[in-house]
Amino acid sequence: MYTQGLDQKDKHAASGQAIAESAEQLAAFQERIDAEEKIEAKDWMPEAYRRTLIRQISQHAHSEIIGMQPEGNWLTRAPSLKRKVILLAKIQDEAGHGLYLYAAAETLGVSRDQMVGDLLSGKAKYSSIFNYPTLTWADIGAIGWLVDGAAIMNQIPLCRCSFGPYARAMVRVCKEESFHQRQGFDILVTLSRGNDAQKAMMQDAFDRWWWPSLMMFGPSDTDSKHSAQSMAWKIKRISNDELRQKFVDATVPQAEFLGLKVPDEDLRLNAKTGHYEFGEIDWQEFLDVIAGNGPCNKQRLAKRQKAHADGAWVREAAQAYASKQAARAAA
Amino acid sequence: MNAEQALIAYVLRLADNALILGQRMIEVVAAGPELEEELANANFALDFIGQARMLYTCAGELEGQGRSEDDFAFMRDEREFQNLLLLEQPNGHFGDALVRQFLFESFYVHLLDGLTRCSAPGLAEIAARAIKEVKYHLRHHSQWLIRLGDGTELSHARVQASLDDAWQYTGEMFVADAVDTVVHESFAGPDLEAVAVLWRRDVAAVVEQATLALPGDQAMASGGKDGRHSEHFGFLLAEMQTMQRSFPGATW
Repeated sequence: MYTQGLDQKDKHAASGQAIAESAEQLAAFQERIDAEEKIEAKDWMPEAYRRTLIRQISQHAHSEIIGMQPEGNWLTRAPSLKRKVILLAKIQDEAGHGLYLYAAAETLGVSRDQMVGDLLSGKAKYSSIFNYPTLTWADIGAIGWLVDGAAIMNQIPLCRCSFGPYARAMVRVCKEESFHQRQGFDILVTLSRGNDAQKAMMQDAFDRWWWPSLMMFGPSDTDSKHSAQSMAWKIKRISNDELRQKFVDATVPQAEFLGLKVPDEDLRLNAKTGHYEFGEIDWQEFLDVIAGNGPCNKQRLAKRQKAHADGAWVREAAQAYASKQAARAAA
Repeated sequence: MNAEQALIAYVLRLADNALILGQRMIEVVAAGPELEEELANANFALDFIGQARMLYTCAGELEGQGRSEDDFAFMRDEREFQNLLLLEQPNGHFGDALVRQFLFESFYVHLLDGLTRCSAPGLAEIAARAIKEVKYHLRHHSQWLIRLGDGTELSHARVQASLDDAWQYTGEMFVADAVDTVVHESFAGPDLEAVAVLWRRDVAAVVEQATLALPGDQAMASGGKDGRHSEHFGFLLAEMQTMQRSFPGATW
């Protein structure tokens, strides 16, 4: 999911290139990109391209891993056994996506330990959406429908990303995400046919998840200064605002089908353009959540830190056992 | 108790074992020592809850009163659940949960093996499917027990304590009551005495390889098979059943 990372400033960029890159090398690289060739891990690439991809892919992986938490919050309370196993399978998929993406990032020369270390220290970011709480069962439906729906909008263009390992990972991930979105929508369809309490639960969840879902596409194009290079490198194919518009256009009719009222007084269909116009996003809220001050930022990170600390003795034991086995084999 | 009643009770116990263990496992779904272990834990829990669904459905069909898997899981009270006490024990640390799985799966795999040859309608097929899953769980957990036992001094001491603590809950697995006896006699169900011999042999072998000590004979806890549970079981059920209890009759 989650390409918000592209819009964060590359801290190394300003300090100049550590490695000499000739104009010829850069031009030849751009030629390959323009010819729609896939860049593979062993190929030469500009350092900034490599760093941008490491940042984006690792952030994507972190988002999958942190994203297990808000949904995990309802696993033990899922209202039927069928819903319980579907949710569990979805969360398992997310752990799998995380592993897969960490492996893709490792091809760029960064270790998983280092990436996980950056997540745990708070240095690395993950998608802002997972810093919101899941308060009712309807939130699980809303996440599948809206959050996975937004993720798919983001990720389909990434299947054509110029970096081969990431593009191929996205093909597989998108297939599973599309199943996730359907299960979320299915939860809500069931609620929409339910009793008044279920319908109210669904509207409440929608009210809380609508705007944060729109924020998933990142800052508006006018404020997204770091996208241009990513577009030129064909890491990013479609701008934040274009993707957001596509999402709104696709989602509003689905909301109507569910009998939901979109929590936006300014929302209206422009008959000329065929697109929905919508109100201004609360960008201060977005910046606050990105800065670590969302409702669950501290909780999400603390849970990951605790799991890592609690597991230290287990990892050490596995390491010690492997060393003993190696010594025994050598003896 | 006639044979049919005993069989329904027996299938429900198997289902309760699978569900309650699966429910405990999903409490720690995003809290493993490594991402790979989180995947494994989720995967194993899926197997158990899947088994519970098949078994509850089977029990409902045998009973013939229209009760669904969700009726059994969410609308029964504490005293009606007949899972083993071992399986409802809180997760504790990684070693505690691991030992719980290892001791149960070492038993369950032989129980399922016996059930694949039973004459009860539907049950042999479910057992044949479940045993494939449980065999690889057991392999995974045996390997971890060996790693922790033969790892560091700390891991050795911790997992030995886990084993010592859990041991009191193992006796209940092998004490045949009327339900076990009727299913053994009327449906060619597993002989718990024979299962106990195999269990002890397998457990001892892994424990030895893990350089751990087998706990000595001691007083054994019991009551799970009779619906008398540990105090924390009520909280597990309250959490699991909250939606069905709060919104009676709703469809999800």
